[in-house]
Amino acid sequence: MSTVTSAQPDARARPRPVRDGVGLGLAVGVSGVAFGAAAVSSGLSAWQACALSVLAFTGASQFALAGVIASGGGLLAGTAGAILLGSRNSLYGLRLADVLRPRGPRRLLAALGVIDETTAVALAQPDAESSRKGFWATFATLYLMWNLSTLAGAIGAGRVGSPQAFGLDVVGPAAFLALIWPRLKSGRTERLVGLGGAAIALGTTAVLPVGVPVILAALAALAGALASTGRTSAEARQ
Amino acid sequence: MTGVWIAVLATSAGCYLFKVAGLTVPQRVLANPRARRFAELVPVALLAALAAVQTATSGHALEFDPARLSGMGAAVAALLLRAPFLVVIVAAAGTAAALHALGVS
Repeated sequence: MSTVTSAQPDARARPRPVRDGVGLGLAVGVSGVAFGAAAVSSGLSAWQACALSVLAFTGASQFALAGVIASGGGLLAGTAGAILLGSRNSLYGLRLADVLRPRGPRRLLAALGVIDETTAVALAQPDAESSRKGFWATFATLYLMWNLSTLAGAIGAGRVGSPQAFGLDVVGPAAFLALIWPRLKSGRTERLVGLGGAAIALGTTAVLPVGVPVILAALAALAGALASTGRTSAEARQ
Repeated sequence: MTGVWIAVLATSAGCYLFKVAGLTVPQRVLANPRARRFAELVPVALLAALAAVQTATSGHALEFDPARLSGMGAAVAALLLRAPFLVVIVAAAGTAAALHALGVS
């Protein structure tokens, strides 16, 4: 029954899913202030900023839509880009379904919480039970914090000054790096996939719409999967 | 303003549907060892890409902001020292904030 354990051979540390999840939720949730402030200064109303945080609840897409509106880009292109950026969550869902095994209405609620941070915490745990706890702890804390801080940022926009003054612009990337760190240490394939994904995204940033390079980075995972499972058969799946 | 509301609601609906779709895909998809390995590696690739993009780009341009890069350097140092998660975040944000306050970038 321990399918998840076998997928995480490196994680021998004592699992602390709730502490990890609540800690991450608080730390990253605060950057909702940055989103609320950015959204309002982009031309969205405070209600629209809050609606995005309540309903979309996926930071990168929210920032992307606000950014396009701020730069005077088309609403259609902005919406398409934001949704495309959110498509990576379906890849996370694919992975999490195996761990969470949600049923019925619970699945519809769990789906709202399928994002970068909850996935990272859930998959950093050594067993399925810890993964579930980690997912729900991160989701609950982050959802609450993200929405409260979006509201605060939207109301206080222009008064709080620059989010950069508090280093909030590195909270997201530092959190992502910390969350994949154990995976990067666990194997050569993981390190190559991480480096490959970063290289693909940086290399295509200049030529592709904002958000697409990150999705394209999934090609590194595809290459890693084909390389590490392709010993028995040479035929590649399309 | 109505147009912006439509964009807000369409973005929300689209993002939610993608989330539901991932959780709803039949489990036998993951029975294939390659599909399983792919699903395991996807978060590594995407989160690394997201970290890189948020660190070193602005819009369509590569942007090497010394404060952000130093913040990420502090995060790496903290991770190498096996610091707990929150310490890593505080080290990164504190470093970036300090450099901003000193007028770097």
